[in-house]
Amino acid sequence: MEIIQLLLDGFLIAFEPLNLGLVVVGVTVGLFIGAMPGLGSVNGVAILLPLTFLVPPTSAIIFLAAIYYGAMYGGAISSIMLGIPGASTAVATTFDGRPLALKGMADKALIAAAVASFFGGTISIILFTGFAPALASVALDFGDQEIFALMLLAFATFVGLGGDDIAKTIFSICIGLVFSAVGMDIISGTPRLVFFDIIGFLHGINFLVLAIGVYGIGEMLWTIDSTRGNPSMSKVEVSTKRTISHLKEVLKEWKPAWIGSLLGFFVGILPAAGATPGSLMAYGISKMTSKNPDGYGKGEVGGVIAPEAANNSASTGAMLPMLTLGIPGSPTTAILLGGMVIWGLVPGPMMFIEQSDFVWGLTASLYAANFFAVIINILFIPVFLWVLKMPFTILAPIIFVLCLVGGYAPTEDMHDVWLMVIFGFGAYLLRKLDYPLAPAVLAIVLGPIAEPALRQSLIISGGDATVFFTRPIAGPITMIAIVLLLLPLVQVFRKKRKQAKDAEA
Amino acid sequence: MRRAELVTAVLLAAFSIYLMWKSTELNVGWVEHEGPGGGAWPFWLAGMMLVCNIWTIVNWVRKTTPQSRSQDLFMDSYAIRMFLLVGGSVVGLVAMVHVIGVYGAVPIFMLFYLRVLGRHNWVPTLVISGIAPVVIFFFFDVAMRIVLPKGYLEPLFYPLYDIFL
Repeated sequence: MEIIQLLLDGFLIAFEPLNLGLVVVGVTVGLFIGAMPGLGSVNGVAILLPLTFLVPPTSAIIFLAAIYYGAMYGGAISSIMLGIPGASTAVATTFDGRPLALKGMADKALIAAAVASFFGGTISIILFTGFAPALASVALDFGDQEIFALMLLAFATFVGLGGDDIAKTIFSICIGLVFSAVGMDIISGTPRLVFFDIIGFLHGINFLVLAIGVYGIGEMLWTIDSTRGNPSMSKVEVSTKRTISHLKEVLKEWKPAWIGSLLGFFVGILPAAGATPGSLMAYGISKMTSKNPDGYGKGEVGGVIAPEAANNSASTGAMLPMLTLGIPGSPTTAILLGGMVIWGLVPGPMMFIEQSDFVWGLTASLYAANFFAVIINILFIPVFLWVLKMPFTILAPIIFVLCLVGGYAPTEDMHDVWLMVIFGFGAYLLRKLDYPLAPAVLAIVLGPIAEPALRQSLIISGGDATVFFTRPIAGPITMIAIVLLLLPLVQVFRKKRKQAKDAEA
Repeated sequence: MRRAELVTAVLLAAFSIYLMWKSTELNVGWVEHEGPGGGAWPFWLAGMMLVCNIWTIVNWVRKTTPQSRSQDLFMDSYAIRMFLLVGGSVVGLVAMVHVIGVYGAVPIFMLFYLRVLGRHNWVPTLVISGIAPVVIFFFFDVAMRIVLPKGYLEPLFYPLYDIFL
């Protein structure tokens, strides 16, 4: 009952005029960003974070969370209309959304996506409300050892579950951590890694510089390179009568909606997994358990519902470890976490006690964001379709200019803007060679937390690293992390044995 | 693609060695009563970066990554042209900020991008290039009090400062 009381207090904060207004603006902006091919929640949050310095911290995070939410809804729009996922999280939506659109049922697919997103969002926020306080109270006992073990676990999930080349994944994690170490050594207070004695490095590398470089400039270059020429858009007819009849049909499809919502939430909690694999898994399981599995891929509405419920659910799932443990569950929540640190809000279990207003205000705002997102999404379908026709050559320079001013705003130093451009170019080139970059962004946010945790643990134990294995909570976490780190090796080994067997046969 | 993979791995390996060397400016060992020295964390991480790059080079030799088998060009002529034009204009944008400030550089960049790269008509080009700096000024300089660099155009803004700031 205490939770309900806290949540009601939260609604009072979420319904303050400024916050409510920001929720509406945030989901609308998010919907547009999600709908643009190539741009997703992470790009929106990274590029627009500096603009939120205008409002108080709670409102800023509410706004960014609303963008995150809206983008998850919006991703489906370009998946269905153009056959190009608006973001990687909406890849699975193309499988059945595009065939539906080609059959002239684009409006049905769009409505299914909106309703499923709402369902997934709602289920996951209810789960979040139930789980978060419990997890936070467990985490209150965590010391430096546990915190470092959790960081290790977060990075290990990228290696074990990320699915990218392992050497490149570990490289990406390490380079992010090293960049986070630039500036001052916090314990001895001496300058560290000041490259070529350039003064700009003394204040460290702000995580936003890397995030905007990678997700702003790098992403733009990547999109311009990979889309080449304008994609063709499906025709769509929108009318109130059709909308209502589609709504009735969509509401019958409750099974894929449940599969997507539950799977999405729990997959979303894992740092490396998140919305993209969550939605792909939901699609697969929904297809397996469907009465009509052969219809999937040819325009089955369940094939839109399952991944769309999952990606919204996963975005809330990713918030759970971010707020309760201070370990982000996705690149977008990593940037949110970085933003919160800028504002002096330190995510973790203590926040549920010390800044309980903020936590519950944010939670309540998620309910509100979800509600507004579904309404705005369905009402504005014609507007989004019009926006999709906007040529990329108009969007791109606007994004570049936003990157410029956004990169300058946090530190007011041109040095950071140049660094951002370099990171952007580097990210584009490395991405062509399949270097995953999300781990680096996560690492630069977590580095300043991981390093002191490790050093203090080692000081307390007098240099004995076994503390990470022997403490009751840190021990199992470290063991799971090590298992995840070894997982790819086991897979390689099994593959080799299978090949050897096949060769014998 | 194959050559690019190797060149990148070698360059990144060299960068890792530089980072390791740079870390040794601080103590990378154990300091009594203080725990690991300030350089230890980046030193060992850079070491891991080096190992990863050597690993990638080994993979390259054994041809186990898709890139190391790929005969495709790393960047075809379209990609190179695009990268030079778009990347170059972004570099130009940032460079111009130092001289004529954000409010001089942004319209010129927008004009170039929309008209030359995007081949849009003059009307949308001029409208967008004209509105962008105004919106930025009111959002950053006026509302957020983040004074963006003005370069040599600073004196032109004195009357605006008097009115809005």
